[in-house]
This record gives sequence, structure tokens and C-alpha cells, in this order.
Amino acid sequence: MFKKLLSPYAFYNHTTPLVPWILAGFMLCFSYGIFAGLFIAPADYQQGDGFRIIYVHVPSAFTAMLIYFTMAICAMITLIWRVKITAICMSCSAPMGAWFTLLALITGSIWGKPMWGTWWIWDARLTSVLILLFIYLGFIALQSVIDDVQTRDRATSIITIVGIINLPIIHYSVVWWSTLHQGPTISKLSAPSIALSMLYPLLAMIAAFILFYVLIVMIRMRNQILLREIETAWVRKVAMTL
Amino acid sequence: MQLNYLHAFIQITKHEIKIILRSRFTWITPLVFYIMVVCLFPLAIGHDQTLLANMAPGVIWVAALLATIISMGHVFRNDFDEGYLDLLLVSTYPLSLLALTKITSHWISHGLPLILISPLLGLLLNLNTEELCALIFTLLLGTPVLSLIGAIGAALTVTVRSNGLLLPMLMIPFYIPVLIFGTGIMIMTHNHEPVIAYYAMMGAFVLLSLVFAPLLTGQALKIGASG
Repeated sequence: MFKKLLSPYAFYNHTTPLVPWILAGFMLCFSYGIFAGLFIAPADYQQGDGFRIIYVHVPSAFTAMLIYFTMAICAMITLIWRVKITAICMSCSAPMGAWFTLLALITGSIWGKPMWGTWWIWDARLTSVLILLFIYLGFIALQSVIDDVQTRDRATSIITIVGIINLPIIHYSVVWWSTLHQGPTISKLSAPSIALSMLYPLLAMIAAFILFYVLIVMIRMRNQILLREIETAWVRKVAMTL
Repeated sequence: MQLNYLHAFIQITKHEIKIILRSRFTWITPLVFYIMVVCLFPLAIGHDQTLLANMAPGVIWVAALLATIISMGHVFRNDFDEGYLDLLLVSTYPLSLLALTKITSHWISHGLPLILISPLLGLLLNLNTEELCALIFTLLLGTPVLSLIGAIGAALTVTVRSNGLLLPMLMIPFYIPVLIFGTGIMIMTHNHEPVIAYYAMMGAFVLLSLVFAPLLTGQALKIGASG
């Protein structure tokens, strides 16, 4: 019963009515978040209007890490139970994770230029996000060179699991490294508490980014399912109705 | 038949090392590559002795890392092409043990020569005796980790053609912790700071990868061979 629910066919059928709802949820969160973030939230007393890039930067960084976590869970399920749908989810998530990571790095560097006076510092957090991007790129490279679907799914699962074991180690070694090598580092933006009128738009934007990820990954997965199951009768039926 | 894991491990490792040593090109090329990369830096940066000594840990470690990951590509390739890998896979010994034999023989044939030649390179880069000792110790702890982690990537890409740069791209992010601690120890030795805790961390990396890497390598080989 549970296994049937996880079949590509069931996934395709069950997600068909969900897509417009997720789209609506995303539009709602995004329009509130972007409007309230840009116009209603007060300007920061130190950074002025410059801080408003937080409404893109923090959600994209958060989503980038969330996507890797999702991929790791999918990888374990794929390896242990040989479920197809999680493998599809993993392979569709990776490019999105890479884009969100890149977006976080770019917005962070645009934010850093006026606030810290430099586009890039070898700070622990920046460095570990950069390494996360490299890991995503390695995943995508491996995925694009293996032709056989089953081999590809299981090989990318293994590299994802190696990544999730290594990510904390990489993170902490980078933290220690930057405390080892750097002198007095530029202190982090001091924002001990954030005003509610700033916080709500931020939460809305995080929700919007997650919904956007879910939406796009769902559409990508549906396409991938049709592509993979192209030989089956139900895909032919779907193709006829389009 | 009684399975004697230790006996099998020693026999297969001996056999592997003999094969690698007979094809000199396989193990000499990474070594020459290592020496050449290190020698490029003084040429590119200039011969300021203090600058060279400051840069030496990073230069030597990055060169060793690159030489290891490049030589990693050969580890399972020939066996896969000749069908020897399939033979190992159907044998009664656990896959992780077989993966460990391949990793050990790679380290003995590639990692040890790197370590033996590195004092010479350290002298070229103007390191003092204390730093040379630190260099040897960190490489002694670090190169097994490089071989162990690299083997996972080598096993995953064994079926892939034209992967000259795929393997480095895939595995270099996972080499970062050992690189940080390897060079960190040398810099701290240079500054006469206590380093014992950092050696302990390197030891932890060795043990951790010794537990996980053979397992994952074995699984990866199974996937590649069955695909």
C-alpha cells in the first residue's frame, strides 16, 4: 500500500491537483514578503535601506541548505529501499540547490561590499557555502556522465551521503581555520534582536522560497517521471489527453 | 574453507603492489607531477626566501593533494577493464576488505613515495628542520586520508569514460578538512605554538575515513559493476 503510493504513477496523479495550490501559496507569500520587505519594514538604523537585501539573501541561503538536507534523506531512502521517486527528487533538486547557493553567494557579496567594504572575505560561513556550491557542482557533474539510470541514481546517492557525513566536518574545520589564520576578523553584523516588522516579511520570504523550490522540483519531477516511464501505457494515456 | 581475512588482505595487497611497481609509469608520473608543481611556485613567485618558507606548507600540501587525486583514477580502472574487478566482486570476501586492499596498495605505491621525496622539496622551499619533521608527520597522517576518500570517488566513476577532471572535481571539496589541518599544523609549528590537539584531529580523520571509506567504496564498486 505504502509502496504503491510511492510509485511514479501515483506521484504523478496525486500531484496534479496540488500544483496550482502551491503556486497560489508561493504567490501569496512572495507578494506579501517582497512588498512588506521593500516598503513597509523600517530602514535599519545602521545600514539604512541596504539591509533589505536580507529578504533575498537569507531565504536563498536557507533553502540551499534545506535542499541538500532533502537530497541526503532521499539518497538514504534510494539506497536502502530502492525507491524510484526519491531518486528522481534527488536528481531534480541538485541543480536548484546549486542555483540557490550561487544566489546566496552573489547577494551576500553585493551586501558585503557596502557593509564590510569588500566583495569577499574568507570568513568561515562564506567559505563553507562556497564549498557547498562545489559539492553541488560535483554531484551535477557525476550525474551528467553516467548514462544508465539505475547506476546513476545509486552512484549519486552515495556521493550525497559522503557529502552529508562531510558537511559538518568541513564546516567546523573551516570555522577553526578562519579562527586560526585570521587576525581580528570583521565583526558580524550586530543584530541581537530583529524588529517584528522586519521579521514577518523575512519569514514570508523564506516560506515563499521553500514553496518555490517545492513547486519547481515537483514540475521537474513530473517531467522526469514522464521521461523515465515513457514506455508504459499510462504515460501514453497522459500524452493522449494533453 | 576457512576465510582468513588478514591472510587474504596481505596476499592481495602484495599482489597489487607488485603489479603497480612493474608498470613504472603508473607510480612515477604522479611523483614527477608532484615535484614539478612544487617547483613551479618559486619560478612564478620569485626567490624571496622568507616568502617561500611561508608559502611552503600550502604549496606542498596542495601539490600532494592534486597528485593523489589524479593518480586515484587508475586504481580501479584497469581491473574493471580486464574483468578482474568482477572476479573480486564474486569472491567470498567482503567488498570493504577488497576495497581496503586496493586503497592500501595505492597508498604504499603512491603516498609513501610522496612522503619520502617531500623533505627534499621542503629544503627547496627553505623550511627548517623542525618544519620538515612537521611536514613528514602531517603527510604521514594526511595521505592515507586522501587515498581513502579518493577511493570512493574512483569507485563511483569507474564506469565513466573520459573522466580526467571529473574525479578531482567530485572529491576535492571533501579533501578540504585534511588540507586545513595539515597546513595548519605546519604554520603553527612555524610559530612555535602547541600542535598536539591538531595532530589528534588528523588522527581522528584517519580513523573516521578508515571506517567509512572502505564500506562506501565497496558499495560504489558493486553499483558500478552491476550497472
